[in-house]
Amino acid sequence: MKPDSQPRFGIALISAAVLAYEVLLVALFSLTQWHHFAYMVVSIALLGFGISGSLLVFAAPRLAGRFREFALSQAVAFAFGSIIAFALAQRLAFNPEELLWDAGHWLRLGGVMLLLCLPFLFAANLIGLALIEYRQRLARVYAADLLGAGLGAVAILGLMQLLPPARVLLVVAMLGLGAAASLWIECGGRARRALPALAVAAFAVYLTPASWIEPVISPYKELSQTLRVTGTRVIAERFGPLGQLSVVDSSLLPLRHAPGLSLNARGEPPPQLGLFTNAAAMTAITQYRGDRSTLAYLDEMTAALPYHLQRPRSVLILGAGGGADLLRAIYHGVQQVDAIELNPDVVELLRGPFAEFSGGIYNREGINVQVADARGFLKTAARRYDLIEVPPLDSFSGAAGGVIGLNENYLYTVEAIGEALERLETNGYLALTRWLQLPPRDGLKLFATAVEALEARGEDAARRLFMVRGLQTSTLLIKNGPATADEIERLRAFCRQRAFDLAYYPGMAADEANRYNRLDAAYFYTATHALLGEQREAFMERYKFDLRPASDDRPFHSNFVKWRELGDLLALRQRGGAGLLETGYLTLLATLALALLLGLLLILLPLALDRRPATGVAADFAAVRVLAYFGALGLGFLMIEIAFVQKFILLLQHPVYAAAVVLASFLLAAGAGSACAQRFSGQRHARRVVVLAVLGILLLCGLYLLILDALTGAAGGWPLAARCMLAAVLIAPLGFCMGMPFPLGLAAISVGAPRLTPWAWGINGCASVVSAVLATLLAIHFGFSRVILVALGCYALAAVCFPLPPVAARRQL
Amino acid sequence: MDTTSLPMSAIAPQARISAAIVALLLVATVCASLAASDGFQQRREAMVALIEADVRQTSAHLKRAALEPRVLAAMASVPRHQFVPPDLVAQAYLNRPLPIGHGQTISQPYIVAIMTDLLDLEDGQKVLEIGTGSGYQAAVLAELGLRVFSIEIVEPLGREARARLDRLGYSAIESRIGDGYYGWPGEQPFDAIVVTAAASHVPPPLVAQLRVGGRMIIPVGSRFTTQQLILIERVSADEISTRQVLPVRFVPLTGGH
Repeated sequence: MKPDSQPRFGIALISAAVLAYEVLLVALFSLTQWHHFAYMVVSIALLGFGISGSLLVFAAPRLAGRFREFALSQAVAFAFGSIIAFALAQRLAFNPEELLWDAGHWLRLGGVMLLLCLPFLFAANLIGLALIEYRQRLARVYAADLLGAGLGAVAILGLMQLLPPARVLLVVAMLGLGAAASLWIECGGRARRALPALAVAAFAVYLTPASWIEPVISPYKELSQTLRVTGTRVIAERFGPLGQLSVVDSSLLPLRHAPGLSLNARGEPPPQLGLFTNAAAMTAITQYRGDRSTLAYLDEMTAALPYHLQRPRSVLILGAGGGADLLRAIYHGVQQVDAIELNPDVVELLRGPFAEFSGGIYNREGINVQVADARGFLKTAARRYDLIEVPPLDSFSGAAGGVIGLNENYLYTVEAIGEALERLETNGYLALTRWLQLPPRDGLKLFATAVEALEARGEDAARRLFMVRGLQTSTLLIKNGPATADEIERLRAFCRQRAFDLAYYPGMAADEANRYNRLDAAYFYTATHALLGEQREAFMERYKFDLRPASDDRPFHSNFVKWRELGDLLALRQRGGAGLLETGYLTLLATLALALLLGLLLILLPLALDRRPATGVAADFAAVRVLAYFGALGLGFLMIEIAFVQKFILLLQHPVYAAAVVLASFLLAAGAGSACAQRFSGQRHARRVVVLAVLGILLLCGLYLLILDALTGAAGGWPLAARCMLAAVLIAPLGFCMGMPFPLGLAAISVGAPRLTPWAWGINGCASVVSAVLATLLAIHFGFSRVILVALGCYALAAVCFPLPPVAARRQL
Repeated sequence: MDTTSLPMSAIAPQARISAAIVALLLVATVCASLAASDGFQQRREAMVALIEADVRQTSAHLKRAALEPRVLAAMASVPRHQFVPPDLVAQAYLNRPLPIGHGQTISQPYIVAIMTDLLDLEDGQKVLEIGTGSGYQAAVLAELGLRVFSIEIVEPLGREARARLDRLGYSAIESRIGDGYYGWPGEQPFDAIVVTAAASHVPPPLVAQLRVGGRMIIPVGSRFTTQQLILIERVSADEISTRQVLPVRFVPLTGGH
């Protein structure tokens, strides 16, 4: 093989397939399980890469000169492995809620991680050996790898819009086979020898039984539970990068979805269809035939409160869903309603097949439904409203089970509330309805968030807030103006008629609290008053759940776990205390523990046990330096990537676009950086280049932390394409710098000791495996800015520890 | 001492309690000798002892010194292992919820005991259960000498529970498959209603089937965790009172309590 003809196309293809598979797994597990798998999948992919690094330490010498055959075998293994691993993993029936009770589920979780890391392992074997085989042109191979991955990130989103997830899985497998063919030809293999077999393989993939790969949705998710009821069936489905939508009809039993309906309510909801996102978070599409009296039930919920204090003429609904809040506005005769819905498929369903059933509310005169992100809309809205409503779009069982604790949500942050207040008319209301939890968590945290948002605007929070609670929901009103005596009288009447409790209003007396739905103590009254008083900090400190307001930097409104209370809460699970713990958080901890264990066991242990003379690190390099350099890069790269995906969500006004644009930009730019690094690899001033690159990373990250918020505000009104361009332009130089240290480090050791390359790869992998989950855990407690700062610390450490052969090291230091 | 020959009203309260305990012990002994053959009696008693100990820890919170002995006796006599899938029999008497198929679970024994106790029922009273599930809760209620009516919405689950209850000798429990929103018309009013099926709201028509003084209990949470219990009491013909309690002793504030 000629050294200047690397199989770059094949490498790019396999990298694209790997990244597509990763994104697809996140989507598939969000559907069959919950969102916590998103963090797990990144970790699993990196585990595969890490294990491969260690395998190659042993295997690479034996494979020298047989790259072509090996590459073919690994690409084919990836193709079939991607299907088989998924099929088997979802049959392990791992249930996050049982982690609390059953050690067996820890094993199942470990099993899922191990199974799913296999396809990544095969692909990584291929890429790793290519890096060894073509070490003279290492940076070019690395560049092809990153470029391919970047393109894969974009391609998969397009595919997910076109095909159901199970079909996309087959496309990914085909891509693996395509990579096999390409690698074979590029490495000078004879087409006749491999292509017929690959064609047969492709046919076999095409014939994969649907039952293997059809997503098996957890029996505990709402959709599964609903479909157990006789007479229910799915009558429409939509797929897309924002998740799967399912519309369910229940022909025998009415769905009767009426969150927190008062016990005093008469009558019940009209016929309804269930609208599920990713098999959970049901909202109802309610039949409406123009008779407003059929909507009376909507007036018997805590969410109806603002309509009873004033008569709003203009309403904005942030999260239209099935349209219940639109109907409430219609019930109250509002003339001008704007509603925002992020998922275009929801709007398509309500405007298309279910327009007639829903009384055409999405097309109605005076109602304007827009596909947009709520925050983006708030930034650019041209008008102000009498009432802005934020309905609880997550489901009741989701909130009660603590399974949504890890979902980032940019609607319940101090900044979001501030922006919404900007869009209110004088004396208008912002209304936020949440599912009630006991002991109180969600509602109180939102109250604290509102207090902080009002104080940031220099307003007297104590005079502008109202809060009521029913048995299952609570509604918080933030008024753009001081409360009046008339309003308070209406508030009291509203609660009295519906047996709802007053939690807060300006001037509330203690004996008005906790009257109807009695709690052990007047927790809401006590807490809301404490959160408004001077003892706020002390109260939050003493409270056993985390009530610190969520911010754009720490957008985890639904996580309430305090680290120091974890032990006590765990101990109470036998005594009926299981509901005190958030399942999502627990799963994250379990994943982190397992990732660390598997990383140490499968990546580092084999290397540590290796006693062959030439492969020992200390033989050529200072072991600590190699460990620190590649470990720090592994931690740093992923933390910056994950944090910036989050940081750019607000600029791009869409979680999926942010993920695609940021990941693709990072990977493409890092690919370019790596290609450029080629020019310096192995040279004496390689170290200086790394130091410069790290300085670039420090400066750029520091700059972005300072200006990103202002930039997000300024560019809010730009067209999407322009905002995507801006994001790409911002990330490009950062990604470029971040692409350089790894290949330069690899080149430095591969020149002196080629068999160390997989070692570096392995350490880097192990650090990355942990980093993916650790970044999220750190962000929950400290925010994404701190995650970036930690990452910068890692890069600084890397710059200091650039691996040099001992002699050269002495000379340079 | 032959306490049963004395009219109950003639006995002082303390004596009445000890009489009840003696009677219970007698019943328990008989039950134990009958049930010993299933080889699980010891585990059942261990489970009940565990629940008792846990309840003592939580007592102040539940406003009860201890659970009613008859509730514990009922828990000690229902063969819980018959209500779980064969592969989970070994775990049947652990104090944890277990999956029973169809996406359903059998609740943690501790929660079953507390819910049953909070209903405050007397022999012969009528109780309605919405969500039969495995039938375990219904069997515990039947052991208390109550007239039990149970509705299940998931057809195969309802059929399996019916067959199981018949097999285990709980034929007196009336059950049916269908919608629980309007209760069991024709049999109202009920002295107690247990709702185990999660819903977006408490059905007002169901509350209407409670007799004055009757209680409804609704565990709220996911299939595996009970976050809180909603207790509804019909105080008079047109007045109800509701309470929301944690099933666990937990004060959300540290210090000062």
